[in-house]
Amino acid sequence: MEHYNMNLTLKVWKQKNKDTRGSFETFHVKDISSEMSFLEMFDVLNEQLIEEGKEPIAFDHDCREGICGMCSMYINGRPHGPWHGTTTCQLHMRAFKDGDTIVVEPWRANAFPVLKDLMVDRDAFDRIIQAGGFISVNTGNAQDGNSIPIEKEKADQAFAAAACIGCGACVAACKNSSAMLFVSAKVSHLALLPQGDPEKKTRVLNMIAQMDKEGFGACTNTGACEAVCPKEISLDNIARLNKEYLSAAAVIDK
Amino acid sequence: MTWKQLFTSSVGKKFVMALTGVSLIGFLIVHAGLNACIWANDDGAMFNRAARFMGTTVVIRIMEVGLFIGIILHIVQGILLELENRARRTIRYTVPLGNRGSKWYSRSMGLLGTLILLFLIMHIYHFWTPSRLGGIGAIQELQHVEYAGDTTVYHDLYREMVNVFQSPLIVVLYLLGCISLAYHLLHGFSSAFRTLGLHNQRYVKLVKAAGIAFSVIVPFVFAMMPVSIYLGWIK
Repeated sequence: MEHYNMNLTLKVWKQKNKDTRGSFETFHVKDISSEMSFLEMFDVLNEQLIEEGKEPIAFDHDCREGICGMCSMYINGRPHGPWHGTTTCQLHMRAFKDGDTIVVEPWRANAFPVLKDLMVDRDAFDRIIQAGGFISVNTGNAQDGNSIPIEKEKADQAFAAAACIGCGACVAACKNSSAMLFVSAKVSHLALLPQGDPEKKTRVLNMIAQMDKEGFGACTNTGACEAVCPKEISLDNIARLNKEYLSAAAVIDK
Repeated sequence: MTWKQLFTSSVGKKFVMALTGVSLIGFLIVHAGLNACIWANDDGAMFNRAARFMGTTVVIRIMEVGLFIGIILHIVQGILLELENRARRTIRYTVPLGNRGSKWYSRSMGLLGTLILLFLIMHIYHFWTPSRLGGIGAIQELQHVEYAGDTTVYHDLYREMVNVFQSPLIVVLYLLGCISLAYHLLHGFSSAFRTLGLHNQRYVKLVKAAGIAFSVIVPFVFAMMPVSIYLGWIK
C-alpha cells in the first residue's frame, strides 16, 4: 500500500476528572504517516502538547497488539473506529485521508464513568467476572487434558467466545448501554466446556445479578454490539445466555 | 433466587416482553384470519357470525381476559424498559453510531410500540367498545341484522366496519397503524425467540425467515381490510 502523509483536525473530548463536565477541544496534527497506528498518532499529538507546555490527552492503552482490551476511543461515531473487527491500537492511519476531521469521544455509559479525557472506569466488568466468570478448582497439578473429552465444535465455539477481551465496545455501541455481549461471551465460554458445567447455573444467575447492579441496560437484540466488536463475538452468545439464565432460574433450589 | 429477583432482572423483564410478544403474535393470526371473513362477499354474514362466536363463547371470553393482561403487560413493561434503558447513558454521543450497527426499526421499538398503542386506542373505540360494551353513548349503538334460516339476531359489526372506513382519514390512520405493526414485528418476531433463548442455527434461520414473512403478510392482510371497504371491492 502506498505511503502518504496527512494533516488532520482532531476534535477530542477533554474532561478534567470524574466530577467535572467535559467538552470538545480541537487539535491539529501535521505530517502523520499513513503507516502509523491511531494511538501512535495520539502519541505524536501528546508530544506536541507537552512541548507546548499543555496537558497531554489521557487515553487507555497497554499491549498495542489488539489482545489486552485496554484501548477504547469512540472514533467518528464508532467504537474502535471505522475498521471491522479491529481494536483502536490496530487501527492504522491509512483509514483516513489528508484533511479529515476526526471526532474522538470516550465510551459513554453511566456504568463506565469518565475518569479523565478518553479514559473510562471499566471496573464494573471486573466485578461481573468476580461474580462468577471463573471455575473453582483445587490447587495442584492440572489433570491430563485428554481425560476431559470435548467435542471439537464445542471447543471452537467456546474459544470464539473466550476471544472477548472485555474492552467494552459492546456497551459503548449499544443504545441501552447493555453489557450482554460481554457477559454472554464469558458465560458461553464456560458453559460450553465440561469444566464450566458444574457451576453453570449459579454462574449465570450471579453474573447477571451483578451486571444489573452495575447499571447496564437490558438487551434488545439490535445487533450493534456484534457489528462493532473487535473480536467478532457473535450475538448467538446472548441467546445462549438467555437460555442458560432462564433454565437456571427455573430450577435453582434457593 | 426469588420470583421477584427473576422478574425484576434485566433478562427476566425481557422474558416477559418476549412471552407476551409471542402470545400477541398468536392473537394476530386469529384476528387476521377471522376478519378475512369480510372477503366472503356475503354482505358480512359470515363475518358477523364469526364475531358473534368470538363474543359469546365462554372459552374465548376467558382468553380475551388473558389477551388484555398480555397487552397491558407488554405495553407497561415496554415503556418502563425503554425509559430505564435510555437512562443508562446520560451524556449522549456527538456522532451517533446510527445505522452502521443496527436497523432503525430495531432501535425504535419503543416509538413503533407507542404508535401501535395510539392506533389501538382508536381501534378499540371503533369496534371493541360498541360490540362488547354496547358502545359509548348513542353514537356507537350497533344495528341488528337477521339471516335466513337462522333465528339469532346478530350485531351488524360488518356495517360498523363499512361506516368507519368511509372516512379517508381513518383509512390512512389504519394504514399507518399497519405499517408501524409491520416494522415492530420485523424486529420483534425474531428478537422474541432470541430472548427466549433460541440459538440453534437451524431454528434461528427458520424463525428469521418466518419473522420476515409474518411481518409482511399479516399487516398487509390487515391493511387490505379498510382499503377494500373504502374502494368498494367488497359487496
